Amino acid sequence: MSTFAPAPGAAPVARQVLTQASMEARLMLRNGEQLLLAVVVPVMVLIGGVRGAERVNLSYGVDTFAPGVLALAVMSTSFTALAISTGFERRYGVIKRLGTSPLSRTGLLCGKVLALLAVEALQVVVIGAVALALGWEPSVDAVGALLTLVLGTSAFASLGLFVAGALRAEATLAAANLVYLLLMAGGAVVLPATAYGSFGDVVTWLPSGALGEAVRAALGAASVPWHDLLVLAGWTAVGAALTARTFTWE
Amino acid sequence: MSDQPAVLVDALVMRYADKVAVDSLSLTVEPHTITAVLGPNGAGKTTTLETCEGYRRPQQGTVRVLGLDPVRDRRQLLPRIGVMLQSGGAWGGVRAVEMLRHVSRLHAHPVDVDLLVERLGLGDCGRTTYRRLSGGQQQRLGLAMAIVGRPELVFVDEPTAGLDPAVRRDVWELLEELRTDGVTVVLTTHYMDEAERLADRVHILDKGTLVASGSPLELTRGGSVATIRLVVTQPFPPGSPDSLAVELGPGTEVRQLDAVSLLVTGPADASTLAKVSRWCEHHGVLPESLTLGQRNLEDVFLELTASAQPSAQPEVSA
Repeated sequence: MSTFAPAPGAAPVARQVLTQASMEARLMLRNGEQLLLAVVVPVMVLIGGVRGAERVNLSYGVDTFAPGVLALAVMSTSFTALAISTGFERRYGVIKRLGTSPLSRTGLLCGKVLALLAVEALQVVVIGAVALALGWEPSVDAVGALLTLVLGTSAFASLGLFVAGALRAEATLAAANLVYLLLMAGGAVVLPATAYGSFGDVVTWLPSGALGEAVRAALGAASVPWHDLLVLAGWTAVGAALTARTFTWE
Repeated sequence: MSDQPAVLVDALVMRYADKVAVDSLSLTVEPHTITAVLGPNGAGKTTTLETCEGYRRPQQGTVRVLGLDPVRDRRQLLPRIGVMLQSGGAWGGVRAVEMLRHVSRLHAHPVDVDLLVERLGLGDCGRTTYRRLSGGQQQRLGLAMAIVGRPELVFVDEPTAGLDPAVRRDVWELLEELRTDGVTVVLTTHYMDEAERLADRVHILDKGTLVASGSPLELTRGGSVATIRLVVTQPFPPGSPDSLAVELGPGTEVRQLDAVSLLVTGPADASTLAKVSRWCEHHGVLPESLTLGQRNLEDVFLELTASAQPSAQPEVSA
């Protein structure tokens, strides 16, 4: 057969999605800033929080900080990292280019979600190991934890895609980092909603508060946090609707 | 293989806001050919190509690619075509070969990646990230991504822009090999020599309409039309092309190409040459060069695309 004799055809969908997912995960982990955001910052917050709380005799210990930091890690990957990478993919014509490959848009989205879950698994392993070394004694409900991971990821990913689709790449970079910092400080992710006084009731309705409370319940109280999961499902619907209305592939 | 056209564009109209980008355009691309789509910037080439690639929905008219509707039958069509974008199309942090391998894995029967890397001279920069590749390397990677899936039809947008002459020749040979192997190639280019050398058929677009189509030989009338190209040291005095045309008389045509050059089409005999020299003498014009030749594709292109402009002084784009 001659070298370029036509033999067109799409690879099996599963192979396409896995190819896309492994590429996206590799690119995410290769990028220094993203790795900083995904692993280094959460680990620093964890160690700093636990040691700092000991020093000033705060009532929070590693059992509070570990679930909070895991929630922070999920938020950083599924929201900030996804928004920034997707913003630049639009800018550099990657999504346009893949638009003429056999990979469908659904396949592309599945690839992205798989990549997020792979990176999050790595984060859970690293942060979990550090937390256990610091004396964390988790009390786990596996179903609750799994549902929290999936719904937390989908809520923040749909909001991240909305930001990436609505703004230019640089504006996405700025907005995604700003929102991340604001929610880390005031969104009841790392510290429980009860730490926020009367504002605590409001903050559990934010995706950050709901995710934080859900992880604390699933990993700290061995329960399924139905209320928080419902809030996360609601944010997923809002984010998906906004993204579907505004997202353009170029 | 059926003998239906590889690409059929029929009465296509595309508008942006109030500007008409493509105005009732009809053209076909025959299978297993290299077809060049030429036209000045803004002629509607990219819009037409992107409509064929399914990026845009025809506002009026019909587009069929390999017999399929690029929008409605998109999923069926996509594996069968290859697309080379004018720029971009890869992550900034991805390595060149890694990107090519990625695209190859999305296809069922890809071309061997190592072979393609060697053919396009991408071996030296295989581990370089996309953002650090030179413009020419990005170009070649874009071409490789377009053909790695063994498509029946490839759309290549300015495949040799910014390439050095040796690499340009490699790309030409590759495109010719694609045709030999049975692939249909549709290319846009600004280089007339490229179209003249490669294309079986040329479509010239201007202002969204087709102004000429044919083989390079047909368009230049087999090189049977003689030309005299006059380049002078100082810009021509006012009224120049007309006064020279009067001097030469009927049967010749004079067109000013830019401030210091013009083209005479007609019998390039001793008498015409003598008249041109005499005209230079009378008007105090010092010739820098006076070249005899045949009308080439570039001359045809400039005539066709310049005559549509109202201004008397045609612009020559590089």
